[in-house]
Amino acid sequence: MADEPLIEATGLTKRYGTFTAVKELNLQVARGEVFGLLGPNGAGKTTTILMLLGLTEPSGGTARVLGMDPARHPLEVKRRVGYLPDAVGFYDRLTARQNLRYTARLNGMDADDAMPMIDDLLDQVGLADAADQSAGTFSRGMRQRLGIADALLKDPAVLILDEPTMAIDPEGVAEILGLIERLVRERQLGVLLSSHLLTQAEGICDRVGIFLAGRMIAEGTVRELATRAGDPKLNLDDTYRRLVAHTEGAGRKAS
Amino acid sequence: MNATTMTRPGGWRAVATKEIADAVTSGRFLILLVILGLAAAAPVYFASGDIRNAAEQASGAQAVFLALFTIGHDPVPSFVGLIGFLAPLLGIAFGFDAVNGERSQGTLPRLLAQPIHRDDVINGKFVAGLTVIGIVVLAMTALVAGIGLLRLGIVPAIGEVERLLAWLVVTIVYIGLWLAFATLCSVLTGRAATSALVAIGVWLALTLFGTLLADLIAGALAPLSANPTIDETIAHSQAMQLLSFISPDSIFQQATAVILNPGITALSVSGPGQLIQLAQQIPSVLSLNQSLLIAWPYVVTLVALTVVSFAGAYVAFLRQEVRA
Repeated sequence: MADEPLIEATGLTKRYGTFTAVKELNLQVARGEVFGLLGPNGAGKTTTILMLLGLTEPSGGTARVLGMDPARHPLEVKRRVGYLPDAVGFYDRLTARQNLRYTARLNGMDADDAMPMIDDLLDQVGLADAADQSAGTFSRGMRQRLGIADALLKDPAVLILDEPTMAIDPEGVAEILGLIERLVRERQLGVLLSSHLLTQAEGICDRVGIFLAGRMIAEGTVRELATRAGDPKLNLDDTYRRLVAHTEGAGRKAS
Repeated sequence: MNATTMTRPGGWRAVATKEIADAVTSGRFLILLVILGLAAAAPVYFASGDIRNAAEQASGAQAVFLALFTIGHDPVPSFVGLIGFLAPLLGIAFGFDAVNGERSQGTLPRLLAQPIHRDDVINGKFVAGLTVIGIVVLAMTALVAGIGLLRLGIVPAIGEVERLLAWLVVTIVYIGLWLAFATLCSVLTGRAATSALVAIGVWLALTLFGTLLADLIAGALAPLSANPTIDETIAHSQAMQLLSFISPDSIFQQATAVILNPGITALSVSGPGQLIQLAQQIPSVLSLNQSLLIAWPYVVTLVALTVVSFAGAYVAFLRQEVRA
């Protein structure tokens, strides 16, 4: 069990009509590992995540999360997977704490029993002082941090973060990435995060997969990918550019 | 954490609890209270003289208590009339942003990523909306009864209370119909404003033009000549009767009329024989069971329409992508 990957996708495919959003995706995320799903907007990252959560059904292939098929056992999967959606939203009229209490109830906890945990999480994401402020007054970064607390409330084994650092100032980004790193270390979570900001992902991801137009064109550690692109010292940005150019070149030759 | 192994009650309850708490602290709840409060107080206040006259004229058996609810004083309509008019608006007010509101706040993906079934969301919201409106309508009905009791000294008979309760049940089904329809609109449209406009538009169209439409179609199906024979008249009125099912408003009005008025013994005539019979009939009072028997097709139609609307919202929501 310990060696079994927390997340595993095999030939995962999603088609909307004639448009293929995700094509034959294979990926694995192990315990204590941060996997970065990198690529431009519209590459199919969010679709992949929704399939892993059982929120949308794959057209082909299989997904396994914690050994379960999310399309068949969505509730069991969602019970143990914390999810931070892209552009996470909260009920504006409720306070941060009330928002989390609702999540606790949806997870079958008694909201009052969950209070110590809620306070602890709000403290961890640095929102203890804003706990009784209505979420409507929160900045983007505060929402994002509240979203992480929200995802952690169910004490997940797997964390799926969709663009966790989007539209946040550099200081906030460092804070959030630091928080994720600490969580992975402390709780031995498996983390799948998507991002189109390569430099930010570079520091935190153990392994990355480069996603382009629904296909994963390369996968490995940053160093491995750089080597493949021709120079182990390349940063992720340049590696990405070379790999994409290479793929597109190959595509042109083939057609 | 043993939360993962816990057997949990339906997630719809968590949703409904939150939605009810939200609703009673919202601005629209305040508006609901004020409008329904006016609907309850104004008719009783203005019509109290008429009701007193009715009470004096009544030889005892007629429903004086029900007159509290059914008698208005021009230009103020009766409580029942006002509720009938407001019910669709109440349903729409509590349903038009049920799903697209979650969407626009960005809370829908987060909500659906919790370990609840997708239908829990729609069930919870529907139950919450209907509970809140139902309680307020019930409270206002009790208020009218209370005012009648204190100011006019009208004591209800058991049969009258039963009729009133039957009316409440039908009214709540009717509100549920519009709540379900508004929820359907909130699933199908991206923006809350669009959804509200569509729902109100459909309501207005059916209420205002429903009868007009029924008239036109009845005229085409069973035309009346300049000097209509009795057969023509009956055919026409039967066509009208059938076509009144076009509009939920008229279905509700007819069901209400029968339930609250023991004197109504028929809503339709099936032939010349019955027409003559009705004309010769000694005015009589029906029991509740008999009234319900007459109102039954209307009540069943209302329930069916509610179920269809709700099922529509339900299926549409289940089939919808999280990212629409």
